[in-house]
Amino acid sequence: MATAKPPQPFLSRTWDYITETQIWRSIFRHGMPANNRNRVLVVMSNVFLHLHPVKIRKSGIRLKFTWCMGGLTFFLFLVETFTGLLLMFYYRPTVAYAYMDIIDLAEQVPLGIMREIHRWGAHAMVITVWLHMFRVFMTGSYKPPREFNWNVGVILLVLTLLLSFTGYLLPWDQLAIWAITVGSNMARATPVLGHEGPGSQLLALGDVKMVHAGSDARFALLGGRFVGEGALLRFYVLHCVGIPLVAGILMAVHFWRVRKDGGISGPL
Amino acid sequence: MGALNTLKDVVNFLTNPPIFITLMAVTFFLLIGRRAFWRPRIGLVVGVVAAIFVALSTLDPNFRLIVGKPDNIPIVAMLFLVGFFLFISMSQAYNNDERIARGEPPIEGSPKEAEKTWVWPDLVYTEMLCMVIGIIILVIWGIVFKAPIEEPANPSRTPNPSKAPWYFLGLQEMLVYFDPWLAGVVLPSLIIVGLMAIPYLDTNPKGNGYFTFRERRVEITLFLFGFVILWVLLVMLGTFLRGPNWNFFGPYEYWDLHKLLALNNVNLSEYVWVKMLHANISGMNMFVRELPGILLVLFYVGVLPGLLAHSRREVKLPGGARVNIGLRKYYEKMGPWRYSVFVMLVLAMFSLPIKMVLRWLFNLKYIIAMPEIFFNI
Repeated sequence: MATAKPPQPFLSRTWDYITETQIWRSIFRHGMPANNRNRVLVVMSNVFLHLHPVKIRKSGIRLKFTWCMGGLTFFLFLVETFTGLLLMFYYRPTVAYAYMDIIDLAEQVPLGIMREIHRWGAHAMVITVWLHMFRVFMTGSYKPPREFNWNVGVILLVLTLLLSFTGYLLPWDQLAIWAITVGSNMARATPVLGHEGPGSQLLALGDVKMVHAGSDARFALLGGRFVGEGALLRFYVLHCVGIPLVAGILMAVHFWRVRKDGGISGPL
Repeated sequence: MGALNTLKDVVNFLTNPPIFITLMAVTFFLLIGRRAFWRPRIGLVVGVVAAIFVALSTLDPNFRLIVGKPDNIPIVAMLFLVGFFLFISMSQAYNNDERIARGEPPIEGSPKEAEKTWVWPDLVYTEMLCMVIGIIILVIWGIVFKAPIEEPANPSRTPNPSKAPWYFLGLQEMLVYFDPWLAGVVLPSLIIVGLMAIPYLDTNPKGNGYFTFRERRVEITLFLFGFVILWVLLVMLGTFLRGPNWNFFGPYEYWDLHKLLALNNVNLSEYVWVKMLHANISGMNMFVRELPGILLVLFYVGVLPGLLAHSRREVKLPGGARVNIGLRKYYEKMGPWRYSVFVMLVLAMFSLPIKMVLRWLFNLKYIIAMPEIFFNI
């Protein structure tokens, strides 16, 4: 006579039922990662987790060593992408609408904190990316074989600043246009290519100057002689599409190279 | 009350750029090599004192006005974070140095740390925890502080001061000492190029993958001087201590639109031709007029690197540390190409403090002043 199985608690019966359905098993090809075999499988069979190796040196996950700043920067990039996408529903990048759309967003959307999270997240991202570079430098992690990845990181740092810079203009308030005016005035003084830069007089056909306020580096940056409609559209497109796209590609390279160059750095 | 005001005046005086930057730079060079300073305990004391200073200062209306702006709060946070991580990294570096001196591997290479562990659960959970904490901080931050929105853009009304985004305020501060083509274009480009060149210039194979100071003394000192003093500190200065007309205002000083500061800056050519030789420079050929400055700059970028490569003079600092002024050792180690790029980048970096000191001491405006062709250095 077979002994009857003791009755299982409800939750565990439900769990067993769910994890044995065809739908569940089509998504997760292995059991809970409670044994070593499944811990390998969970990392190998998941597109997001497989950025990681299966095993990692203990010092590489100690917060005192990594500060988690690279991870937080990536996390903040995702937060900015998500909140930015929601903001794009409410925002039109034209001089006539931009400011009023931001006011509407603040006043008409109940309990909305997306713009707040987007703005504070942007400030935080600039800081975390600096601290990430700081940590990588202090642990000498740019040394061979990671020289190239350090370079990718420097470009990503510059792109982070440019992302923040282009986003600065979009609210179209006094802070926005004057900060961008001050920032972009520098381009006027670009050597050779700015109309107030040294060497720009050299580019002339007879008496006709080739580099003037309507053709210099600043004009190219702003799409006009001052921060206006052209600049707003340019900065919007760069902020929402251009720079995130390039940064996304470079991030893929950055993470991939971390793995290929031997994982997170440690003493050789 | 009188004592408090005196204290405020002292702080306002000490934060004047010539004193503030000099104090910070000297403190930095004196402390960076002191093991006794870089201990978590001292870091805690420094942090608490700084926090009390900021907290008490918020009682002052002028301080509150500028530091309490929602957009400036992350910058205050950054000050504490940079200090915190400076202590974290330097104390670990010195701990490792002591381990290495005892013949042990650095802590990251000890048998316990070098052992491997499972990504699931150990790393994945750490990452998730960081994300959860990150979201909580952002949501609370977003609820407490509304994202500011000012008046609608008005191209005909320039605010005073007009400031670039906060992370570029170090560059805007450089505009005090250099023209836009240098401060806004050439030097920022050199910062990027310089950062990218680091792994190719630093041929020291030691200190790869662990905190250490003794094995990378020069690299770390140069980098931290650039990052902490010339970048983070100037961002602070530009954010909190620069008011209308980019004039200096102490942290407890009212941003008075009408504050007048005498600007009697003099070009090097005027020093040489007018003050020393009593000549009239108004009709002089631009290149003759600026010859002293041109020669000086050519010496700085053309001759000095060679002199440094040749010399190996050792100087004893007041702290007791010995510093090699000559770079012969580096020239021999790096070879001509690496050395040339390295020395040019270092000279570019130190051009800023040099120009600062010249301005503070001699009111020197430009070393080369050719406004005719927008070429001022």
